[in-house]
Amino acid sequence: MSAGKRSNEPIVWILFGMGGFLVAFFLPVHVLFYGLLFPAGMVHAPSYQQTLALVRHPLARVYLFALLTFCFFHAAHRMRSTMLDVLNLRHLNTVIAFLCYGGALVGTVFTVWLLMTV
Amino acid sequence: MPQYTQYQPKEHRPKMSAYWYLDNWHYLRYALRESSSFFVAYFCVLTLVQLAALGTNATRYARFEAFMAHPAMIIVNAIALAFFLLHAITWFNLVPRVMMRQILARPTPDIISSAPNYLVWFGATIILALFITGVL
Repeated sequence: MSAGKRSNEPIVWILFGMGGFLVAFFLPVHVLFYGLLFPAGMVHAPSYQQTLALVRHPLARVYLFALLTFCFFHAAHRMRSTMLDVLNLRHLNTVIAFLCYGGALVGTVFTVWLLMTV
Repeated sequence: MPQYTQYQPKEHRPKMSAYWYLDNWHYLRYALRESSSFFVAYFCVLTLVQLAALGTNATRYARFEAFMAHPAMIIVNAIALAFFLLHAITWFNLVPRVMMRQILARPTPDIISSAPNYLVWFGATIILALFITGVL
């Protein structure tokens, strides 16, 4: 008996699920400070040196790697399903999947590169 | 003689409006929740730009900060925050739907499963805020 073609959906779902929790737990506070409170001058932003020192800490690098990687794949999976279901683009499934997951992979490569060179 | 009809009935394919998600609030909420992914991707890319500016020099980082202070960016980021909150609340409220919730063979209320997520969220937000602002 030959085994049927295995779906890659579980792997994508693990990345999507992990990313979903990380987006929920951590992204709101990031956008709140870096996107709103610091730029609007409502909270005093730390200096360039302070921010650089924070990002260069090994734990911060590991945290940012996990956060960005899983969030990229979470976004890719959901953007794909949004385009297929909400925008009725099912006939472009292969192209959309390639662009979304490919984009997440490119984002991950950039994340590693930037965290290693910062 | 084979027993079949020459003209097979066509498969029933209900036509869906391109704007089906406007039909009722549940559909619209679903579409909005799924659309949060575009803002997640946007903010991740923005964080990469921030890292690239940080890794270059103080002048480039100051330029990034000035770019973030543009009113249009603040509006987009406020919208992104609203989408992240929608994602977080719907995600945490989904937890009771996907996990076993029984104590002594009796089902527990939804809040027992979702509340710990809200507590972790609150704790994580406070701790990260202290690091981000340079207090810790």
